Amino acid sequence: MTSGPTISRKTELSDSTYKWGFTTDVETDIAPKGISEDIVRLISAKKNEPEWLLEWRLKSLAHWFKMAEAEGEPEWANIKYPQIDFQDMYYYAAPVQAEAPKSLDDVDPEMLEAFEKLGIPLHEREKLAGVAVDAVFDSVSVATTFQDKLEELGVIFCSFTDAVQKHPDLVKKYLGSVVPYSDNFYAALNSAVFSDGSFAYIPPGVHCPIELMTYFRINTEGTGQFERTLIIADKGAYVSYLEGCTAPIRKTSQLHAAVVELVCLDDAEIKYSTLQNWYPGDKNGVGGVYNFVTKRAAARGVNSKISWTQVETGSAITWKYPSVLLQGDNSVGEFYSVALTNNYQQADTGTKMTHIGKNTKSTIVAKGISAGHGQNTYRGQVKIMPSAEGASNYTQCDSLLIGDQCGAHTIPYIEVGNPTAHMEHEASTSKVSDDQLFYCLQRGMSEEDAHHMIITGWSREVFKELPFEFAMEAGQLLKVSLEGAVG
Amino acid sequence: MLEVSNLHASVSDTEILKGLSVTVNPGEVHAVMGPNGGGKSTFANILAGRPEYTVDSGTVSYLGEDLIVKTPDVRAKEGIFLAFQYPVELPGVRFWQFMKAAVDAKRKHAGEKELAVREFDDLWKEKAEQVKIAPELISRSVNEGFSGGEKKRAEMLQLAMLEPKLAILDETDSGLDVDALRTVAISVNELRTPERSFIVVTHYQRLLNYLTPDFVHILVDGQIVESGGADLALTVEESGYDRFIKATAS
Repeated sequence: MTSGPTISRKTELSDSTYKWGFTTDVETDIAPKGISEDIVRLISAKKNEPEWLLEWRLKSLAHWFKMAEAEGEPEWANIKYPQIDFQDMYYYAAPVQAEAPKSLDDVDPEMLEAFEKLGIPLHEREKLAGVAVDAVFDSVSVATTFQDKLEELGVIFCSFTDAVQKHPDLVKKYLGSVVPYSDNFYAALNSAVFSDGSFAYIPPGVHCPIELMTYFRINTEGTGQFERTLIIADKGAYVSYLEGCTAPIRKTSQLHAAVVELVCLDDAEIKYSTLQNWYPGDKNGVGGVYNFVTKRAAARGVNSKISWTQVETGSAITWKYPSVLLQGDNSVGEFYSVALTNNYQQADTGTKMTHIGKNTKSTIVAKGISAGHGQNTYRGQVKIMPSAEGASNYTQCDSLLIGDQCGAHTIPYIEVGNPTAHMEHEASTSKVSDDQLFYCLQRGMSEEDAHHMIITGWSREVFKELPFEFAMEAGQLLKVSLEGAVG
Repeated sequence: MLEVSNLHASVSDTEILKGLSVTVNPGEVHAVMGPNGGGKSTFANILAGRPEYTVDSGTVSYLGEDLIVKTPDVRAKEGIFLAFQYPVELPGVRFWQFMKAAVDAKRKHAGEKELAVREFDDLWKEKAEQVKIAPELISRSVNEGFSGGEKKRAEMLQLAMLEPKLAILDETDSGLDVDALRTVAISVNELRTPERSFIVVTHYQRLLNYLTPDFVHILVDGQIVESGGADLALTVEESGYDRFIKATAS
């Protein structure tokens, strides 16, 4: 468990267009609905991007059109949703201020209660509720406090848009090097229209002394969200990166299709932690975010190490497989996950560990909690390439069911191309037993607290991989997300 | 403190208790003995409010109030403690977390402040000493990987920490060897106070060698067929339950 100071920056995904200097002419801020070459050119021009990046976007777009025409959205995942009309969506938009609530008095009290429980500061709540206020975040001042220290060490941590302007060589070298634009339907879409995101570079031998954090938020209604994150740990570098996600309540569903690329060179380590709490839709499954995300890391150097830890409680639909390409000899890949689905949420999530280098090692601990009508699928692939002499994998998939309307599914794919590989796979399905519950009740706990304690305990193997405050928040998220499912 | 009157209770539509009556005053230790299937554990679980057990008729009054209408957690917070025959494992839930939640729930119910972490640590150490259990237990998952003896001693530690008014020991002696049995019995003696009452449910007399009850009740086929002093347990030791069973059959 790591602790210590955290540096954080906030990316207002759609609002960010405001920050980058387009506030003067409101008319040009809002491009028409739909996706086209013109829109892509507009986004690129607005961001003053170099020619090579525009070309890359256009190539991605052409590829996406080809895929959309040939087969459309991928349908292999165990999720159900109405077909998305990609032409009925804004790809470049400023928030419609008039529709935003004027103050917290106009906001759904149920939502305010949820914020209260999460311990979110007041000005933060206003932002989350979509109230149009100009607030200076605490984290901004935090960022400036530590910015000097980071600069001294040569650590770059900025928005993706800034990185394109200030560090074009690094961006050009690594963008698309882990997730090529042709990788999949949503990666192609993202590569064409990505709005913003985070960029981090840790120079050789630097152990980043503070945790880097980005807080993502979807604000505008009817807007697709396409952020792009790129993190590079140079030789012998270390960084712990945290990602938090929230979205205000919307009646209609929103598409979120992000791409995250991590690159680890020799002896480097990246620890990437996510708390995903996008709006999950209401009790009847109306609204909520479609979270279709491509996250992949390349453990490129010898002895490099990548660790993904995620706690997924939000989104109406989650489609996400943080993966590791174990290219360097002795490289290590880890995946720790707790995914919770309540009400009508659906999650199809897992990981891919591709062993290429010698003596590569991977660990997967995936825990799925299903409640209400939630459907939770673990989908994981472990692939040992012929070159991966002496590779080993340990996989553990645990499912916990609450109630009798939900579902848990485990779909492991194991491909072994080298006979020296060592593979272990364990899976379990359990329920919170009446005995466990009564034991807690007999010691004076309420039914809700008892459930929460049992479920948090069950998730502990994953939580302990999170930085301390994040682990606390994760526990709270589980509690809030399970409300109404128990007791 | 506790007044049970003509209690009838069932588990999945099978009547187990058929008119049980007993009165427990503060500071008394009552042993409830009897053959398997006689209703001993049902009685213990009914008092604690286990949901699978249904009260069909009769009354249970605890501290002058109707106990039956109260939920299990409220009963616990008002001072009823059940030491489980089979303490339940809670994987990943650390003992300190479990006990802190339990102690705080009780304190909050009584209108007291939650314990600070340091105060809780002190309490834990003091009570662990009292029941002779290694304080390191605090960092382990509740009952997970505990030996039979450890589980039962951990129950005694919980009893010590929660300071109940009425402690019910459900076959605490089962599965224990003589040494473990003695340790548990000694800690129960440690925990006896003039105010605290105990109901000790047991099949065998051997626990009572170390723990002298004020009253012994023989429970057969859902009814108390005989009550007496500590010497009644010795009669059972010598001649078994047969004569009590015959008595009800006839």
